[in-house]
Amino acid sequence: MADFEIVKRTDFSDATYLLEVHHPQMAKAARPGQFVIVMAHEHGERIPLTIADFDRERGTITLVIQAVGKTTREMQRDCREGGHLHALVGPMGIPSHIGNARKVVCVGGGLGVAPIFPQARAYKESGAYVIGVLGFRNRSLMFWEDKFRAWCDELIVCTDDGSAGLKGLVTEGIEQAIAKHADIDEVVAIGPPVMMRGCVEVTRPHAIKTMVSLNPVMVDGTGMCGGCRVKIGEQVKFACVDGPDFDGHAVDFDDLMTRLARYKPTEKQALESWQSACRIRDAAAPSATATPADPH
Amino acid sequence: MPKKKTIRSIPQARTPMPEQPPGERVRNFDEVATGYRLEDALVEAQRCLDCADQPCVAGCPVGIDIPGFIRKLEAKNFHGAYDVITDTNLLPSVCGRVCPQETQCEGVCTVGDTLEPVAIGRLERFVGDMAIREDWANVPYIEHNRFKVGIVGSGPAGMACAADMAKAGCEVTVYEAFHEPGGVLKYGIPDFRLPNAVVDVEIDKLKRLGIRFECNTLVGRLFTIEQMLTEMGHHAVFIGTGAGYPSFMGIPGESLGGVLSANEMLTRCNLLHAREFPAYDTPLQPGKHVAVIGAGNTAMDALRVSLRLGAETVTCLYRRSAAEAPARVEEIHHAQQEGVQFHWLTSPLELIGDDNHNVRAMRCERMALGEPDASGRRRPLPVPDSAFEFECDMVVFAIGTNANPILGQTSGLKLDKRGYIATDDDGATSIGGVYAGGDIVTGAATVIQAMGAGRRAARAMKAYLGLRDSERIYATDAGAESGLFGIDRRERSFARIHLA
Repeated sequence: MADFEIVKRTDFSDATYLLEVHHPQMAKAARPGQFVIVMAHEHGERIPLTIADFDRERGTITLVIQAVGKTTREMQRDCREGGHLHALVGPMGIPSHIGNARKVVCVGGGLGVAPIFPQARAYKESGAYVIGVLGFRNRSLMFWEDKFRAWCDELIVCTDDGSAGLKGLVTEGIEQAIAKHADIDEVVAIGPPVMMRGCVEVTRPHAIKTMVSLNPVMVDGTGMCGGCRVKIGEQVKFACVDGPDFDGHAVDFDDLMTRLARYKPTEKQALESWQSACRIRDAAAPSATATPADPH
Repeated sequence: MPKKKTIRSIPQARTPMPEQPPGERVRNFDEVATGYRLEDALVEAQRCLDCADQPCVAGCPVGIDIPGFIRKLEAKNFHGAYDVITDTNLLPSVCGRVCPQETQCEGVCTVGDTLEPVAIGRLERFVGDMAIREDWANVPYIEHNRFKVGIVGSGPAGMACAADMAKAGCEVTVYEAFHEPGGVLKYGIPDFRLPNAVVDVEIDKLKRLGIRFECNTLVGRLFTIEQMLTEMGHHAVFIGTGAGYPSFMGIPGESLGGVLSANEMLTRCNLLHAREFPAYDTPLQPGKHVAVIGAGNTAMDALRVSLRLGAETVTCLYRRSAAEAPARVEEIHHAQQEGVQFHWLTSPLELIGDDNHNVRAMRCERMALGEPDASGRRRPLPVPDSAFEFECDMVVFAIGTNANPILGQTSGLKLDKRGYIATDDDGATSIGGVYAGGDIVTGAATVIQAMGAGRRAARAMKAYLGLRDSERIYATDAGAESGLFGIDRRERSFARIHLA
């Protein structure tokens, strides 16, 4: 029985961190595009996280997490090397279909940079020409550039402020790739919904097949609750068992974004109550372990 | 020998179940029915006529010797009563609470022909709860064999199958995708009907039989059914994963905020403790005016959970009339007592959102019952020009489930037309050594039906493995141990042997 030990932690920035977790069985089973559900502790919520990498020899899977809400910030504070997750289940979802595409653009924006990596690698392994397009707000948030360079034939880095690579959004990176290569078979885009929608709109006029990985709110991740339902064309699908990859040109992104927002008030409440508890704790014990700087 | 009881000599009135008053219980998640006291149980036990035909035994999906355990109970031999029940049912505290006795044992009770039937379920629960209090566990003598059995899903079907296979001497491992075992007993049925603590005690009893539970294990994706038989060395596998893929109606507005399946609501509340948010991290946006669509047991659970979460109005909408409602009569009665309003013959047409994409109202229409349809129930037909608007800020769909697709996606199992796992009457699937039962075979049904399916499959699995079925009495008993894998060659013409 796996004990979900955290064997490695790397902090990419003050908000983004990597956890490498010991789970040999999952490392063996995982394929690109799949995700896990994690519970940090007994009172925790179940959060879906895309598998950013897996290492069958080390028997580990890698998660890259952005501290945005209560759970991810608490994990940032508490998840240390040698520690354990309370629950970790997966790999979930239908693996990405690594087809016969000869030339592929793999787009990762922000947190989507991590989960696009196994797909880029898989395409390269299948013999495709892989163009990586990575988007970050600025240079200080960049990570894994070396990993991508090792597997991509071309890499276009985009930053909002131009502090590294191309100044602009990943959509501009995709346009650049399309302008240079007339024979792109497929685009795969992972990132925030608004970014994926942008990518889909760039490729639509060119009729380039574009796959996106959706990340709606989930509870069980096994098809049982229906919380992750998404509109794909005229159909309603459950991202956990029917996805998470879908044809981006058929995805109703407005619907996805509306549904992602539906727990906003309780998320805010959870974060505030946690932060106030932290402040009380820190005030009571000023020498306790330093909590990460609160961006708000 | 006491005088033979007659319908005139027994206590005439069915002993009422002590309950928390409705006004009080809607403010807590404690059990509604607090359980028979000793004196209640002894009086009610006298009401069993110990009749010759024992229709109740045939009415029980697992065939509990009901008159047998009631006789022991009446004689104050409580452990004896527990022994009789656990011969066939390992989970009396669960079944005594959640079985639909009115359509099973109690529905055919001889006393019920003249008076109210014997309260069999309440007596069963009394015995089960006493066993929990006294920490009784009937761990039978188990003679271990070399067979490894894998059970997929730790709900009622899997638990029942696991228990039988462990008792037969197999090394049993139960795989559960959630972080805690128990399946629908944990995530689905709320504490006020079946406390999770009771389920945990029953699971501990299974552990005492040597059964191992491996949680956080999504079979199909972490490993496949086929890998269980090959790489992992299981000689037989039972699949009891439940139906789990909730249906929606496909009407406009279903993706609005505040619209969810009963499964989502119940899981958040029951398994993940959303009712204790923010002490627990899982939220459940509370509704002030909650509408639940459907009138099955799950719908009743969602309605009553909503009341306890503090909703001001809670309404059940059902397109047929009360007579057709699939929920247990007792559940509907409890819901009514607690203040749930029922809109029978009402069907939603559209969910209407506010500016923030949260549901604020529902447009419905009235229905009338026409001729009986394929299900034998009268078909609801819309009443022309009857549409009306109904205000609600939370809408819960409890209209059933479809087949979960994971095992179909990941194995060579043959499915039926609706996507459920195809089996024969014994639960055998299209893959040798792999059996299935419960909701993943039949579609949504009851806890006890799932347990019955788990036990039927266990019987077939024992035969498949060449194990003697402990419930069958064989003519020859000598030399059984000397045979390969404990099989006497005189008993069976062949045995299937899997070499690792």
